[in-house]
Amino acid sequence: MTGDDIQALTAQLARDPASLVFLPLAEALRRRGQLDAALAVAQGGVHRYPEMAGAYDLLARIQSDRGEGDLAFDAWTTVLRLDPDHLGAHKGLAFLAFRAGDHARSLRYLRRVVELKPQDASLRAALARVEAALGVRQVPGFGKAAADPLRALEAEPGLALLVDLQGRTLAGGVTDRAGRAASEQVGAALAGISREAERTARLLRLGAWRSLSLEGGPAHFELRTPTIDSVLLVSRPREVPAGRLALLAERASAAARRWLEELR
Amino acid sequence: MSSLHSVLGELTPLPGVRGALVVSRADGLVVADALREDVDGRAVAALAASLADRMAGVTRALGQPEPVAWQLVGSEGLLLAAPTREDLLVVVVADPAVNAGELRLRVLRAAERAA
Repeated sequence: MTGDDIQALTAQLARDPASLVFLPLAEALRRRGQLDAALAVAQGGVHRYPEMAGAYDLLARIQSDRGEGDLAFDAWTTVLRLDPDHLGAHKGLAFLAFRAGDHARSLRYLRRVVELKPQDASLRAALARVEAALGVRQVPGFGKAAADPLRALEAEPGLALLVDLQGRTLAGGVTDRAGRAASEQVGAALAGISREAERTARLLRLGAWRSLSLEGGPAHFELRTPTIDSVLLVSRPREVPAGRLALLAERASAAARRWLEELR
Repeated sequence: MSSLHSVLGELTPLPGVRGALVVSRADGLVVADALREDVDGRAVAALAASLADRMAGVTRALGQPEPVAWQLVGSEGLLLAAPTREDLLVVVVADPAVNAGELRLRVLRAAERAA
């Protein structure tokens, strides 16, 4: 849209403030990066048409472009209250959730987008890309695919592994010193460790076991039990201070616990 | 090899230490101990040796050497162990309030001396 077009739309809106021309005008201003002007026009439209989902969607996109995620979230939530199947709101909320690191929520919105428009190959491709980026895979024992909760926490792959009591990988993955995938072997070694630690702690009157720390040669390891039926291993090179590693393990354990609870 | 009892004697004075042992890894039996009365040395030895094997299994699966020390922390106490070169294990049971950093240093030193 040219500057002349925008001028014409602005004049039209001035002549007839009730006109729906605020929609293309605010959108054109947004695309040109004139976000303050776009916001003013969209806010006027929302004020005049408080039941129009499209007006709130436009407002949310402008607020998102302005980096006002919380306001955009509120606006898109309002859109879904007015129109629960609004494609743009689901897409927008998926984007906001992804940006905030809430990948599970982001995936839920994105999957709904594809449900709403299954014939759109670009949306399916976008979903596949996000699923791949988030390490979505089938989770043993749950019969469904889910994003890997350790992916977002770990700066590089191969340093954290979550297994069930049978040693099956639930999330993450580890590599051996040579860089080869070692999750299956490590999972098998971890399988009985939770029961063993629990038994040891109980018989020696140490209370409920909270952590196992292994001080290795080139690397150190922390073990946690996020839930009674899972074990988490987090490793780092020995240069990483022990306290820092313990903190990382606590964080990963909390994320794993939330994730498992959501899966259930 | 230093006298095992003198090795243990450097661990037990630390406030919060309930007991210290040297354990045979192969069979989980007590080789030497310095324990409070309420600590069952045979149980500690057997459980620590078994857990040490598990730990070694984890690091082996990762292609890493055996841990030089490991620590099981519970809500009411902790177990700290370090293997020696003689296939022994120096083990300490302690209260949660023990100075864990100081204890770790002493256990590593004791494992060296017991070798």
